[in-house]
Amino acid sequence: MPDQVQMVPITVTVNGQRHSLSVEPRMLLVSFLREALGLTGTHIGCDTTYCGACTVLLNGRSVKSCTVFAVQADQGEVRTVEGLAGESSLHPIQQAFLENHGLQCGYCTPGFLMSAVQLLEKNKDPDEKAIRKGIAGNTCRCTGYQNIFKAVRAAAASMRGR
Amino acid sequence: MYPRAFHYHRATSLSEAVSMLTDLGEEARLLAGGQSLIPLMKLRLASPAHLVDLNFIPGLEYVREQGNELRVGALTRHAQIEESAEAARVPIVHDCASGIADIQVRNRGTLGGSLAEADPTGDWAPVLLVLGTEVVCQGPDGERTVKLEDFLVDAFVTTLAPNELVKEVRITQPPKKSGGAYIAAKRSAPVYASASVAVQLAMEDSSVCREAGIALGAVGLTAIRAREAEKVLNGKSVDSRAIEEAAEAAMRAADPQSDMRGSAEYKRVLVRALVKRALEAALRRSRGEPVEVSHLYA
Repeated sequence: MPDQVQMVPITVTVNGQRHSLSVEPRMLLVSFLREALGLTGTHIGCDTTYCGACTVLLNGRSVKSCTVFAVQADQGEVRTVEGLAGESSLHPIQQAFLENHGLQCGYCTPGFLMSAVQLLEKNKDPDEKAIRKGIAGNTCRCTGYQNIFKAVRAAAASMRGR
Repeated sequence: MYPRAFHYHRATSLSEAVSMLTDLGEEARLLAGGQSLIPLMKLRLASPAHLVDLNFIPGLEYVREQGNELRVGALTRHAQIEESAEAARVPIVHDCASGIADIQVRNRGTLGGSLAEADPTGDWAPVLLVLGTEVVCQGPDGERTVKLEDFLVDAFVTTLAPNELVKEVRITQPPKKSGGAYIAAKRSAPVYASASVAVQLAMEDSSVCREAGIALGAVGLTAIRAREAEKVLNGKSVDSRAIEEAAEAAMRAADPQSDMRGSAEYKRVLVRALVKRALEAALRRSRGEPVEVSHLYA
């Protein structure tokens, strides 16, 4: 066990904004976002790399932010659910979740939105199988996935139409 | 859940990582993708005093064809292998890479980390065993290359010295007229497999097998090579009777434990079913038929 607390300076760009802070190495990325930056849209669900509620994009790839140390995001770019909506409009994925009743309690929703962003950035026209695979790392205990699936499909169509 | 406090060391080259490990001694652990280590640390089942982070070492993320080998850098993420056109030419490698856990975990987890961890339920070991694979390890005295079957010793034990690390994985490309398939049965995407099966068939012609490779995952302390099942197929026609016999033999080779993923008996039966399914897919692929194979969720 270390005798004194080590603090590591890191610089992370979150939703386009640069933040330079010193963190303890054991601080998880999800805690960094929530506690150090006050971005509480990213949720902690299971905390065991299972449920995906904490999903964010790190350097363009979705990760479970409860299973990444904040020091590992140094010099990196993070995108969270707070970075999705524009000034006056929702992101098409958010709009599609709203219209298709893709959320009930909404706790898991930020993670689903970020997984959907990852999926649709890689595959503009995913078939049913690809959508189910794309959201397989996220767990919802309310909707049973059918409406989430519909929302992702609708978002894909709406994003292709733009 | 916070892990216990540790000292963080960032390596910027492989040789720096090796000297850090040498200086810090056995209380240090390597941090690659972290998808197993970080959960273990959060549960405080692992509490290393020092972590050496490999993620800032450049040049270790690649999939390249060289001669008849597929060379994969140790820090290559599963998702990068899944997306690689070179890896897609060896379908069993693509089956494995595209089905490990979920996309978030595949985006972080690395091939080198997975092999070095030697988790009995890891997906890569059975796949790479049936292909013929060498692991390039780097230590203070330079590199050494070891066959995967010699690299894996026991559950969570490899031949890596405390100050050695995996640098590259060299996978032998199967000959023409070959087909392989990997199927892992899981209860849901993010969890470990209940049982998994890797099959690789080198064929004489469309029905006679020259050499079969069959390996089982998650049903023993390491991946198990099902030699008796291979013998059933070597030099024989791969018909439905041979497939049935090979599946029975593979079932006898499995040595599963009863746990929350199922009873030992259930896992044996699962192995038999997976071997049949994987053999059928491998056979069709050896004939050039495109067959999609993916991990099964119960």
